[in-house]
Order: sequence, then C-alpha cells, then structure tokens
Amino acid sequence: MPRNLTCRELIEFLMDYLEGALSAAERESFDAHLAICPDCVNYVAAYRSTVQAGRAAFTDPDAPTPEDVPEDLIAAILDARRRG
Amino acid sequence: MPTRPGAIPPVRLARQSGRVIFRAQQRMQDSRAASSERQRQSVGWEADRALLVRLRAGDEAAFAQLVRENTGRMLAAARRILRSDEEARDIVQEAFLLGFRRLAGFKGEARLSSWLHRIAINASLMRLRARRCRPEVAIEDLLPRFHEDGHRVDPGPAWSPSALAMLESDETRALVREKIELLPEDYRNVLLLRDIQDLDTEETATMLGITPGAAKVRLHRARQALRGLLDPYFSPAEE
Repeated sequence: MPRNLTCRELIEFLMDYLEGALSAAERESFDAHLAICPDCVNYVAAYRSTVQAGRAAFTDPDAPTPEDVPEDLIAAILDARRRG
Repeated sequence: MPTRPGAIPPVRLARQSGRVIFRAQQRMQDSRAASSERQRQSVGWEADRALLVRLRAGDEAAFAQLVRENTGRMLAAARRILRSDEEARDIVQEAFLLGFRRLAGFKGEARLSSWLHRIAINASLMRLRARRCRPEVAIEDLLPRFHEDGHRVDPGPAWSPSALAMLESDETRALVREKIELLPEDYRNVLLLRDIQDLDTEETATMLGITPGAAKVRLHRARQALRGLLDPYFSPAEE
C-alpha cells in the first residue's frame, strides 16, 4: 500500500482496515488520509452503518431461536423419511 | 537486608517474579482452555462417527437424534434468509431428506451439523433465487466512481447521525431488505452468508464454491453497492 493514499485506494482497503488486517504502517497511511479527507470519513462511517443496517434488517426479535425445537416439524421430517 | 552491587532490589524482583508467575499462570490457563476445546471437538467428532454408523444402519433413534439436534438451528438460518416461517419449514424438511439420501456418500470431512446446516442454507439460497421477480442492478453502477487522480466523483453528503436509529422501524428494515434483493445474486449471497448468517470467509467460500479471496472481494463490493442504494434514504435531506 502506498504511503499517501488516494480515496480510491482507501476504499479498496477499507474492509481490511475495519477487520484489523492491515499492518501498522498501512494503518498509519489509512489514518493519515482520514485525518485530511472528510469525504472518506463519511464514507467509512456510512460503510460501517451499512453493515449494521444489513444485520438489523434480518434481525427479528420474534423469530424462533436455534434452541426452539418445533416438535411438529421434527415429527413431519421423520415421518417423511419413513415414507421414503 | 544488604544487597550486593548490581543485584535487583527485592521489591522489583518481587514485581518481576510476580509478572513471570502471572504470565506462566496465564499460559497455563490458555493451554488448559485450548486443550479442553480440542477435547470437546474430539468428543464431537467421535460422537458424529458413532451416530453415522447408526444412521447408515437405519437406526430410527439415530435419525430422531439427528433431526432433534439440528432442526432449530437450520430453521433459524433458513428463516433469516427467506423471512417466511412456512418456507423455512419446507426448506428444512427438504434439506433433511436430501441429507438422508446423501448419507451414504458423506465422507465425514465436516461435522454432521455443519454439513446439514450448509445443505439448508444452500436450499434457502436456491429458493430465494426461484422467488426473485425484481431485475438485478449491475454491480458496477452501484460502486463509487473515481476521477483519474483517485478522488471520488460526487462524494455526496454524510449519512444522518440518526441513520441507525431509523433501523428500529419495521419500514426501514424492510427497505434495507428490498435493497439487498436488488444486488446481483453472486454479491447478495456473499452478503447474506457473511453479514447475516455470520459465517466466516472460508465457510462462505466453500459454500459458494469460490476462493476465499473472491468471497472477500464480493463482500466488499456488495457492502459498497448496498451503501450506494441506501444513500438517498439515510442522508439528511431524506429525514
């Protein structure tokens, strides 16, 4: 990664940055760019929010949890197996 | 107590030895935890092997155990993708029946639970594909564009500070799902597996038959594209 990043390069490496996969030197270049580029600061914030939005969109507090064991479905599956 | 020149003062020595003892204790705890995890995994694999023998012999109780232990997790995964209880139940039943038919060829390279979970997720993705009626948007049209010098063309406004609070509304969450549906299938599937099902890159890549590198690139593009699709709704002018 070059020392002076462009916005294009910052966005290219953004996922690695957020996952902590960059080296200390790369992270430093990243932070140096963010310190002078409000557009990229906004982009990074919106990218993070996008990930959270995706998760929230599929989170349903009323949905059954993996610990819920639907007896009728279990019986139907075992019955379907026996019937072949 | 007199100390000889160059000797470490008792207090420092105590601190140092305290740190050494602490580190040694920490290492011992880590090693115990790793060993207990290895033991737990090994017991799980052994239990799988024993269960597999019974399943292949047609043991009814073994099938009941397999179904009982895995239905809840598979149902939750299918429901998260399909957003329909009825379809998720269909898919889980379909996944089990497919799994039963494939038991003879199961090589035991994965845990039985992971293998069944994968079948259910794959079946859910197939069902999603069949159900799809909206046209896909080309991914290139949704990614940020750049000038020759690397600056972004039309960076646009920042998202509203209340963007995340807006997700508390059912309407906004439905909007986000609608936008995810617009993503090209290859990208949407990676996003569903990584960000929604919380699978890791390796698992996602295996399930989709792509390399981990390709899975990472697709996820990054899918998130960028989704960000672009959500931009008009989460920027302050839309509040």
